[in-house]
Amino acid sequence: MNTIRLAVPDKATRGEIIEIKAMIQHEMESGHRPDEYGRPIPRFIIKHFECRYNDRVVFRAEFFPAIAANPFLSFFTRATESGTLEFRWIDQDGGVATELVELEVD
Amino acid sequence: MPLSWLSWKLTSLTRLAGVRRAGCLILTLLASLTQAEDILSFSANPDLDASMVRSGYRFLTPETRSLQDDDFANPGYLWVDQGRQQFHDSGCNACHQEGALTGAATRYPQLDPELGLINLEARINQCVEDRLERPALKYESHALLSLSAYITNLSKGRPYQIIVTGAAEPHFTAGREYFFSRRGQLNLACNQCHDDNWGRMLRGDKISQGHPNAYPGYRLEWQTLGSLHRRIQDCDTGIRARPFPPGSTEYTQLELYLAWRARQLGLESPGVRR
Repeated sequence: MNTIRLAVPDKATRGEIIEIKAMIQHEMESGHRPDEYGRPIPRFIIKHFECRYNDRVVFRAEFFPAIAANPFLSFFTRATESGTLEFRWIDQDGGVATELVELEVD
Repeated sequence: MPLSWLSWKLTSLTRLAGVRRAGCLILTLLASLTQAEDILSFSANPDLDASMVRSGYRFLTPETRSLQDDDFANPGYLWVDQGRQQFHDSGCNACHQEGALTGAATRYPQLDPELGLINLEARINQCVEDRLERPALKYESHALLSLSAYITNLSKGRPYQIIVTGAAEPHFTAGREYFFSRRGQLNLACNQCHDDNWGRMLRGDKISQGHPNAYPGYRLEWQTLGSLHRRIQDCDTGIRARPFPPGSTEYTQLELYLAWRARQLGLESPGVRR
């Protein structure tokens, strides 16, 4: 499965704005390139990303062919309560990669 | 070079000033003499002056440098992470304790009594075949790149510690010969770009000195991590020469020369390059 790299603080104070970074290993093949014999390489990209904080979507993104390989996202959210952050990437064929991170808020 | 240019300049100046022909002749002779000296020193192939050695990092834009410097944003660490995982999952750590391979990558390419000159990738494959008793990993495969990226990253910041004398000397000489041999339809040798013209522009890019210390590295052009041998293949293709296969003896010998040439630089793997 694709390697995922996440950077989320372990702890935060209530109301604090935290930065979240997420990267996934993916070729993001645009569908516009020929292979070494001149045949088109079929498109293979991630279409959708979302981050849920205790089941509430806090960040969502649609991906398109022009996005570079191994997409790297960085975004902010407000730490409201202890809970789980769920990261989910869905590719064009419906393949899913997920990862969970616990966040402690006091 | 500056001397011959000066003599030429003097020659034309004296001609302009209408000085006697004899004086002209002497100066012209002087000019051709210095030129001959240039040709001699060229065929003697001087190595890159050690005081001039600059990592490829120095030729990058500030944006690409910061991508390499940021341990999170640097995409090469995706492979390093995966390599670490693989190292534990496939049982490499049964022999090699955590961190025991720190510095190991600086000693490659090295001479193996049975296999001859091998690089890190070949050593990993020897381990996979002989100790783990599994089929060798394909060169440039995801699995081999991840392992070599992880192991090379353990030596980050350390300089090369390779041996180029004794039994390794013929390999070193062959690698050096490769570096100074013209090849391909463009009839260019490595040194013509990377010794003689580094720092100047080649189309939109600044020519680097061609050091291997970023590899296995993430290349923006590839949009992925690749080995040094893949990078050398790109150079050979660029001058319209037929590239050797990755892992070939020719490239491993060249790798030995390149490592010696960059010996005072620290390893940067996973480096980010254009």
